[in-house]
Amino acid sequence: MNKTVKRGYIVNGLTAVLAYAAFCVLAATLGQEGGFKLIIAPGIWQCCYLILLAASLNLVLGFMGQLSLGHCGFMAIGAYTAALMSLAFERAGVYDEKSGAAFLAVLFLCIISAGLLAAAFGVLVGIPALRLKGDYLAIITLGFGLIIVNVINNLPFAGQNGLAEGSAAASLYATGLGFGSSDRVAYLWAGVGVTALCVTLMFMFVRSKYGRAVRAIRDDEIAAAASGINTGYYKVLTFAFSAFFAGVAGALYACCNASLSTVSFSFTNGSILNSTFVVVMVVLGGMGSLTGSVVSAVVMFLLNYQIANGAWVDALPGFIQGAFTYPMLVYAVVLIVIIMFRPKGIFGAYEFSLLRTPGELARRLRGLGRGKRANKGGKEAAAQ
Amino acid sequence: MSEAKRQPILETRGLGISFGGLKAVQDFNLKLSPGELAGLIGPNGAGKTTVFNLLTGVYAPTEGSVILGGEVLNGKKTHQFVAAGIARTFQNIRLFKQMSVIDNVKAAFAKDVKYRMGAALFRTPGYWRAEAALERRAMELLEIFRLERHARELASSLPYGAQRKLEIARALATDMKVLLLDEPAAGMNPTETAELVECISIVRERFGIAILLIEHDMSLVMKLCERITVLDYGQTIAEGSGEEIAANPRVIAAYLGDNDGEEGERLA
Repeated sequence: MNKTVKRGYIVNGLTAVLAYAAFCVLAATLGQEGGFKLIIAPGIWQCCYLILLAASLNLVLGFMGQLSLGHCGFMAIGAYTAALMSLAFERAGVYDEKSGAAFLAVLFLCIISAGLLAAAFGVLVGIPALRLKGDYLAIITLGFGLIIVNVINNLPFAGQNGLAEGSAAASLYATGLGFGSSDRVAYLWAGVGVTALCVTLMFMFVRSKYGRAVRAIRDDEIAAAASGINTGYYKVLTFAFSAFFAGVAGALYACCNASLSTVSFSFTNGSILNSTFVVVMVVLGGMGSLTGSVVSAVVMFLLNYQIANGAWVDALPGFIQGAFTYPMLVYAVVLIVIIMFRPKGIFGAYEFSLLRTPGELARRLRGLGRGKRANKGGKEAAAQ
Repeated sequence: MSEAKRQPILETRGLGISFGGLKAVQDFNLKLSPGELAGLIGPNGAGKTTVFNLLTGVYAPTEGSVILGGEVLNGKKTHQFVAAGIARTFQNIRLFKQMSVIDNVKAAFAKDVKYRMGAALFRTPGYWRAEAALERRAMELLEIFRLERHARELASSLPYGAQRKLEIARALATDMKVLLLDEPAAGMNPTETAELVECISIVRERFGIAILLIEHDMSLVMKLCERITVLDYGQTIAEGSGEEIAANPRVIAAYLGDNDGEEGERLA
């Protein structure tokens, strides 16, 4: 371990501790206040699973270069696994109220099992991915997403109308994982902690021999094989690894919702949680940048929230307000604008780093004046 | 050189492949000893690159077999060919363009990096040791090709000649016994070609491997190769030293075309 790496760990570790402390203070002071409890805490939960979803898809789409259109299928598997397991534990009498050590153990067991089952399905989808690429793989994964939703719909214990009214016959909110508004605040640390841990693990994955092999496959599969990389193994592994975190995202989704319905995990729907939109988030944030995915998931969430609830929307002229009743139109415009001006996404393949980024930003700002003049000169030369 | 040392490291027996009715390569026999540098030449479309694809498992042969150090490699996948000890470069450069120069080399060390998933995710001491050793070995390789100054740059930002050299460095990282170079001097200027010749000689001395070279630059082939095999329409038409090949009428006919086919046949 060299010096820069050590310094990086210290800086990042300290920042994490500080952020956690600030978070605790905030939660304690604002904790039971209406605004925090009803708006900010659920928002943070939503951000958590959107971040996990986008970052895990980025492993497959951005780092391995394989288009997968069924990512929410893995999330659905995770969500239903966690929900059904928690209900089963409740019926078995392992816990009866949502607090205490027993409930915590059940909570984390549910999250991990959700990830593992999703990863197992990731292997199943990864195997056909060995023979197919590009559009053909996209179609396979799209089909997988649709199949999962339909299978869950027809499972007798999961039910057409979701767990709220299905033959599980018990509301997730009443007995299972589904948190009410005060539990959402009480267990916010778990959601944020799991997300931070998962994103860190994904980071470690891409910054190791696995990441190198996977990026080599993206850049040139034939050359990767000719360099001794077992492309099939790494493809299946990455699919499973990515599916694991999508499953965890599903478990977090099950935690912060009172009921589950498969509509939430379909290919397209009116919300920003669907397989297509996750692809949009990854592209927007930058393919091959995990920090980009984190930022773009939060940006998309805020945009979605503001369009639906922002007070400023009422102040806009009528015709724009009219456009805002079709939020998809707004996202489409945002996407077009970003792709026009930053074709590689907001971050490109750049990773934000507490050690390097501030220095680089300062250099850029200083160089901006000079850069403008140089650009002008360059353009004139090109014109001649 | 003793008899044991002249045992071929790479051998093909009656190697051939047909695409539908087209026999792209037929009855290709080659013996390559350790430390030997052989050339494979022939007009465009003669099947040279197809031979390379057969030797690296990209295509499965329809006839014959590839034998490396006594092991028959038929039916194995490309990465298993590489693990057995055959590495190659490509006619049109295939680097990992979005990765740094050193990562290109590190990726090819894959089978030597032994840590597991858990070690990578939780950054155990074993991980750091393996990565430090990897960094050192990759740098050593880059130094041989004088690429160490560019180690952190993107592979696609290197000049053309350096990209060719990086491709050879990456092939060497796989710890191979046989190196296949597919037109390494294509598109190079004379200075770059001279540098490349120097590189190939260094590689031979330092690694003691067998090299099989496809090349159109005849002066380079004559200068480097001890033995040359000539392919035309998928068939071996001549084999021998540089002088023998240059004087062979069938070779001349294949390259320059012959108005009088019978004469070529008679002379051969």
